[in-house]
Amino acid sequence: MLLLLVGHLAMALAAPALVGWLGRRAFLVLALAPASAVVWALTQTAAVLHGTTFGAVPTQVIEWVPALHLELAFRLDTLSWLMLLVVGGVGALVLVYSSAYFSASAIGLGRFGATLVAFAGSMVGLVTTDNTLMLYVFWELTTVFSYLLIGHYADRKASRRGAMQAIVVTTAGGLTMLVGMILLGRAAGTFRLSELVAHPPSGPAVTVAVVLVLVGAVSKSALVPLHFWLPAAMAAPTPVSAYLHAAAMVKAGIYLIARLAPGYSTLAPWQVVVLTLGGGTFLLGGYRALRQHDLKLILAFGTVSQLGLLVLLVGLGTRAAALAGLAMLGAHAMFKAALFLVVGVVDAATGTRDLRRLSGVGRALPVTALAGVLAAASMIGLPPFAGYVAKEAALEAVAHDASGWRGDLLLVVVAAGSALTVAYGLRLLWGAFGTKRHPIPAGLAVEITRPSLLLVWPALTLAVLGLAVALVPGFGSDLLAPYANTYPGGAVGHLTVWAGVTPTLAITVAVLAVGLVLFALRERVERWQADRHVSLEADRVYRRMMRRLDDVAADVTAFTQRGSLPLYLGLILAVFVVAAGGAAIVGTSWPTSVRAWDRPAQVVFGAVTVAAAILTVRARRRLKAVILLGISGYGVAALYLLHGAPDLALTQVLAETVTLVVFVLVLRRLPPYFSDRPLAASRWVRLAVGLASGLTVAGLALVIPGARVRPPVSAGFAAEAVAYGGGTNIVNVTLVDIRAWDTLGEISVLLVAATGVASLVFLRRRTGAIFRADEATPHGRPVWGGLPDPAGALRRHGTADAPASAVPPPGPTSRPLRSAVWLRAVPTLAPHRRSVIFEVVTRLLFHTMILYSVYLLVSGHNAPGGGFAAGLVTAIALVLRYLAGGRYELGEAAPVQPRLLLGGGLVLAAGVGIVGLLAGGAPLQSEILDLHVPVVGAIHLVTSVFFDIGVYLVVVGLVLDVLRSLGAEVDRQAEAEAGPAGVAR
Amino acid sequence: MTVDMRPSIVLVVVIAALVTVGVYLMLERSLSRVLVGLILAGNGANLLFLVAGGAAGGAPIVGTTPIGRMSDPLPQAMVLTAIVITLGLTAFLLAMAYRSWQLNQHDEVQDDLEDRRVARRAAADQPSFTDADTEDSDANLDDEAAAVHDETDEGRPGSGRADEVTR
Repeated sequence: MLLLLVGHLAMALAAPALVGWLGRRAFLVLALAPASAVVWALTQTAAVLHGTTFGAVPTQVIEWVPALHLELAFRLDTLSWLMLLVVGGVGALVLVYSSAYFSASAIGLGRFGATLVAFAGSMVGLVTTDNTLMLYVFWELTTVFSYLLIGHYADRKASRRGAMQAIVVTTAGGLTMLVGMILLGRAAGTFRLSELVAHPPSGPAVTVAVVLVLVGAVSKSALVPLHFWLPAAMAAPTPVSAYLHAAAMVKAGIYLIARLAPGYSTLAPWQVVVLTLGGGTFLLGGYRALRQHDLKLILAFGTVSQLGLLVLLVGLGTRAAALAGLAMLGAHAMFKAALFLVVGVVDAATGTRDLRRLSGVGRALPVTALAGVLAAASMIGLPPFAGYVAKEAALEAVAHDASGWRGDLLLVVVAAGSALTVAYGLRLLWGAFGTKRHPIPAGLAVEITRPSLLLVWPALTLAVLGLAVALVPGFGSDLLAPYANTYPGGAVGHLTVWAGVTPTLAITVAVLAVGLVLFALRERVERWQADRHVSLEADRVYRRMMRRLDDVAADVTAFTQRGSLPLYLGLILAVFVVAAGGAAIVGTSWPTSVRAWDRPAQVVFGAVTVAAAILTVRARRRLKAVILLGISGYGVAALYLLHGAPDLALTQVLAETVTLVVFVLVLRRLPPYFSDRPLAASRWVRLAVGLASGLTVAGLALVIPGARVRPPVSAGFAAEAVAYGGGTNIVNVTLVDIRAWDTLGEISVLLVAATGVASLVFLRRRTGAIFRADEATPHGRPVWGGLPDPAGALRRHGTADAPASAVPPPGPTSRPLRSAVWLRAVPTLAPHRRSVIFEVVTRLLFHTMILYSVYLLVSGHNAPGGGFAAGLVTAIALVLRYLAGGRYELGEAAPVQPRLLLGGGLVLAAGVGIVGLLAGGAPLQSEILDLHVPVVGAIHLVTSVFFDIGVYLVVVGLVLDVLRSLGAEVDRQAEAEAGPAGVAR
Repeated sequence: MTVDMRPSIVLVVVIAALVTVGVYLMLERSLSRVLVGLILAGNGANLLFLVAGGAAGGAPIVGTTPIGRMSDPLPQAMVLTAIVITLGLTAFLLAMAYRSWQLNQHDEVQDDLEDRRVARRAAADQPSFTDADTEDSDANLDDEAAAVHDETDEGRPGSGRADEVTR
């Protein structure tokens, strides 16, 4: 059974390609998927029939998550077998039909085919699975695919509305059902459908659960009061209506009720729900069908009506009714799908489905009309069609099994509903094929073209099948009775074409007569209905409810989302102060004694840190604030060092430096002063919140050290670092080995941040080109040439007053004295931006710094350093080159795209992790190799050094990305804003 | 291994000051001041990590410091990652500030106009968005059904494709 599902999935995935290759003929290939389900079901017939009687049906179980009762469990008993035939058979025919129905140039056929096959697969899973949770999954899959199919013409409002309504209603029902199934599974201790039915648990919780499950079935099978989605779903293409909304999906609810009825149909709420909703739907659907003018809508309301009858029959709980219900289920699938397909043919041939515009279609399309008449005869219940056999059995069963006033009432309901069925069945035939007495007005009359035969024979097949199976009722009885007989009560039913002159026959005759009268009086019936137009229509109620839901959502949003960042932050901090501060006060013990300091020098650096921080607040100049921030940060670095954390101190100093540079890069574009804000009262509020937060954190800092009850987890790190990590610098080994997962996550964050920066600055593309000195346009505007040059007159070339373009063009060809240039791209700079001393220093320092960073990287395992620090040193070296020589110099220094560094670094780090896994250890586990290389000597190699190299590359990539975005690209944008080359601002 | 778990007052005071100042700045409107505040408060939080790890000690490098006298390496590893993440965050927020300046000529975090609009419309009981699909319409099902027609190529007067007709 799993193989069937896989087949459907593969076919669905291949569908777009197939349709692209074969065009609409691909639907013939796609039809193989549901056809395979039919073939498989037929081969299993004997085993199924034998097994349902003796309790050993074909099953297949694959454990998935046993602890959660998740398993791929399948079971094929008679009910599943019948559903499989319906789903597969109608599915295959509908796909064949689609191959001729749609125009060859219709849009989205690939998607349509894929969705339809995927739907068929979900349906196969739904009717064969034996696990309620899997059932739910398949159930919702059919909902989603139905949504996609109804909304196939997404550009049409009616389609979107219909699709949305269907998915909202059926998903709400499905979720309700899920709750019910979980309750049921909890009560029974199993999620196997077969066991739930064989040994039903009891108790109030079970009753509630069953009612919740019924809600799901009611929503899926479009019973009153949730029936309204089905007529609206007629916006779907007609093949979809024929398959989903007649034969397959709406039967899922019937299937579920039939599945659970043997175990639960005796519960009182079950009887109330099933009988009132089933009976009510049967009548209401038939009544509404008499008023519609659109042929598909007549069929849609007819389907609603028939679904009511089906629920009534399979839910009644007696064997005879169940047999009638199963027979009706099969018969309905055949005649209703056939009728939808016939209506599709009429629609395709005439361009309309409005029965007021159709006349004489039957004469023009005799074969189509024949199929329609055969199918409608089955629906009406004329002998000797399948619909007749089923309806006879239904009347018989209701008359015999239900006693008292309830029985009489049920009989009346079934008879009245059947009379309505006769009336709308005739109305459909007359509307589609009849020749109207009054001529159609000229503007509305239609031209009839003859459709392809491929379009007619699927419907004809189904219609003839409806006749054929009825001629051997005993065979049908034998096939379906094994399941019906698992029901708890009632006599065994029979299917027969002619049972002799019985009271049932009299009822049938009366039903046909009343139906004929209703049809004859159709215009009066229509007018009468129109006069009694009720305002409480279900879909209006639904829309009003959705509107109310929107209102509530808007109110909640308005209340919680005030849109003010300070307010949000203030709220978060207030919660922090109250929760954390409150807990600190109430639930912990304060330290009995404190130390003034660990080392006296802490006082000095602490004072510097705090003073700089406080001055930061007072600074009105952005640059001043940033420099004070840097001082405060360096102070913190000193505190780290005094605390005994050299790695932290090193990283903090480097990071603080890079931060300072990045700030300055952006600040040059921002106004020099913070915007002047009036001294508002809110300032005191902010101060209060700040003080409260600060005091709370101080309280935590006092309490936390003493709150420890166990030895620190890091107590054993020292020994582990040497033994397993192969390094003596515990912090670094922690980063690249003991807690390497953390680090991997962190460098991923860095990659995201770098991408974010680049995306915010490079507006059109992810990254810009690399600026190389050779490519600097000879007559382009010099880099950083914006301001007038105050010392221009003193320069050799006298370029101060001349336009900037008079600067000798850069590039190797135009500079014979290139060897005299300290930095290659410096000639691209505006002359007054050059500083020979800076160039010389950069030239001298750059390689030294790179070498130092390599040293830090390699030695980091045993001394302060490592990938982060090394990356930052390299980054600062690049910053230096950029500051000394502009963006072209940056391009010369690092002629790579940052994305290569970022991606390569992450891949390297993760790759090392996989190596550990491949070597038979845990992911990210280090391997220590001690090699002896001639000449070089002993090499102590730990694989985590490659992880550290990955970290290094990501850090360099981050800073390079920042420099290229906030540095180079911002330069370029500023120059572009300033105007074309040579025009001073 | 006994560690002196008494807190040191100097660090506690520094932490309190950094957090107070940081929070005060974070509640401002100017994005660059918010960022400065965030970094200051972050430094405070990093120091809190160290304090939670216990008293100062020697560098946690085997061979340099006797094992019993080391400072706790675990919070250090955590703080190290925090420092570098803060660098990434700083760059990102600065890029946002720059973008904000490009678009609005300032870097102030304004109230979210969309939130305000939603609130205003909710107070007036108006729908917060217009969506033709959810509006009430008086069209009955018949009218709607007439508007929906499948893409078939038969039956369209004048567009009938004879080559597809086999009968």
